[in-house]
Amino acid sequence: MTLEELEQIASDARELKEKSPRALNVCVAAGCASLHSEAIKSALESEVQRTGVNCRVGGTGCMGLCSQGPLVSSEPQDRLFKKVEEADAAEIVAKLDGELPERMFCSREQPFFRLQTSIVLENSGRIDPEKIEEYIAADGYQALLHALTELAPAQIVQEVSKSGLRGRGGAGYPTGLKWGTVAKTIGATKYVICNADEGDPGAFMDRSVLESDPHRVLEGMIIAGYAVGASQGYVYVRAEYPLAIKRLQTAIREARRLGFLGNQICNAKFSFDIEIRIGAGAFVCGEETALIASIEGRRGTPRPRPPFPAQSGLWEMPTLINNVETYANIPAILRRGGEWYASLGTKKSKGTKVFALCGKVRNVGLIEVPMGTTLRQIIFEIGGGVPEGHTFKAVQTGGPSGGCIPEQFLDLPVDYESLKELGSIMGSGGMIVMDDSACMVNVARYFMEFCMSESCGKCIPCRAGTAQMFELLTRMTSGTATMQDLELLEDLCDMVSSTSLCGLGQSAPNPVLSTLRYFREEYTEHILRKHCPAGVCACNQAAEACA
Amino acid sequence: MRRHGFARDALIETLHTVQQYFGYLDKRSLRFVAESLHVPLSRAYGVATFYHFFTLKPPGKHTCLVCLGTACYIKGAAQLLAAAEASLNVKSGETTPDGNVSLVTARCIGSCSMAPALIFDGETTANGNEAVLRSKLEGWQHA
Repeated sequence: MTLEELEQIASDARELKEKSPRALNVCVAAGCASLHSEAIKSALESEVQRTGVNCRVGGTGCMGLCSQGPLVSSEPQDRLFKKVEEADAAEIVAKLDGELPERMFCSREQPFFRLQTSIVLENSGRIDPEKIEEYIAADGYQALLHALTELAPAQIVQEVSKSGLRGRGGAGYPTGLKWGTVAKTIGATKYVICNADEGDPGAFMDRSVLESDPHRVLEGMIIAGYAVGASQGYVYVRAEYPLAIKRLQTAIREARRLGFLGNQICNAKFSFDIEIRIGAGAFVCGEETALIASIEGRRGTPRPRPPFPAQSGLWEMPTLINNVETYANIPAILRRGGEWYASLGTKKSKGTKVFALCGKVRNVGLIEVPMGTTLRQIIFEIGGGVPEGHTFKAVQTGGPSGGCIPEQFLDLPVDYESLKELGSIMGSGGMIVMDDSACMVNVARYFMEFCMSESCGKCIPCRAGTAQMFELLTRMTSGTATMQDLELLEDLCDMVSSTSLCGLGQSAPNPVLSTLRYFREEYTEHILRKHCPAGVCACNQAAEACA
Repeated sequence: MRRHGFARDALIETLHTVQQYFGYLDKRSLRFVAESLHVPLSRAYGVATFYHFFTLKPPGKHTCLVCLGTACYIKGAAQLLAAAEASLNVKSGETTPDGNVSLVTARCIGSCSMAPALIFDGETTANGNEAVLRSKLEGWQHA
């Protein structure tokens, strides 16, 4: 593959579009697909065939505003139809150029779309994820070709460092630094791993990226492979995401067909291939050493670090592990330069971040905003606020390792440091809004139950500590706790977080600590008055089990 | 197994394939996989029990999955699960005595925008409620 050939594919794909400029694109990512968008697509197809209108009908990835799904967009006007049903097919095709019925009209001008900046999601909802040509027409694989033909591996690492990109899996380790370490380490073989074991409940960013724009992740991985000198890549993806696995398999096959994977990619002295490894439902496998153990076919238990995977990872070889979203940023960084990327965001956190906004908020969906956007903007302007009749109480970020942030801190710009200061973490990007009907003690108990059952059992603080904390929290929600239990709980939080082996245990107390910090009165109310202010726990009625 | 060249590290992949065809992993298949891949049976058993996705019990004819992810939980998934347990008279993770319906839960299926999410025999249902759940389960019981 040469640059000319790549441009030929791109211009062919664009020409095809120009020949028939009208198109209807149906979202076939998991959200809309569970609302039977495939049936809508077939209905539109048969309607177009019946009427003989010159219009393409295609499937695309996630368009973002999942709560208004199933979504359909039209070309060339770029209009958006919401809550489409199979029966609407005739009307949509008939009014392709005319006035849209109010009920289906979804404005692109609303704050939800206006306040976003798309880098990772730039193609999401705009291209067919199963057609490599469409990705190439959207400047895909240009960055790879540029990297392989014009840049030395060290220059790529330098560019990534310049961009200030930090690991999007949650911890925020500088990506350039990690790449540099793996590149410098000497090893017979090196590996590149993409962590797509998105285990945080309430997070679906990686799933959406893989379902909507899988080639972007592959391109990022191949570039990473070239930069660090690896020859084999693995994508470790959850078994719970069958559609993402399917799209990824298609994408890998297509990339091999066009020679982006395999021997001597683009005539460079560089060979690289990617395989998929499917997880089997273990949250702890998101931890990098556990993930490596799982790829090796063993139980997914973490091991102490150092040595870090960059020095000794998969089969004791230097291994680069990054998250889906991190790789998805790479093609854009190489295409537009590290400086451009560094111009977005805050002082220490550059670029954009994808969030999965869900829970008690009007506009549920997938969003991408520059770092430094305030939580208030995200929840109240983009998210449209809490639905009628309820008031905002807290937002939970970072999954079971994160914390709950109350109203008074909503004006803080979001970045890795600010969230940490508040006792939460950036995490992978799940953002769950809670209203006054949520009980914070119950939420803490929910997360503790999660950590308890997901603990791999290797180290005692985590295995026994989470179980004890869960027991204490259960006592509180069922109205049998004393103030001494609260003290004990706080002691345990400290012990578990400082002595656990891996991130799961170290961060397991975070939901408890953050709710204790901001909603302590709810805990004391449960203990002293045996009363749940939100009415969730049945602690004053011993007969009823706690909900 | 042949696809993965009988490699020992393909244990998880192989177990996935077995479970896909037989619905669960029984002693015979675990023993067979362990012998073919030259790994100790204890290792195969250890892996099969470590990961939540693998099951050693045969599943029911139908499967009802309740997602207990945070977004679903906030929107009442716990009540849905309680309703399902009451309707089927089994606990989560169990199968009805006649082998008809299995009730299972998931940590998060990533369909948070559709919370609370339910999966009936592989088909995701968005914005689940008790009425939908009951009618589906009753439909299975009388089928």
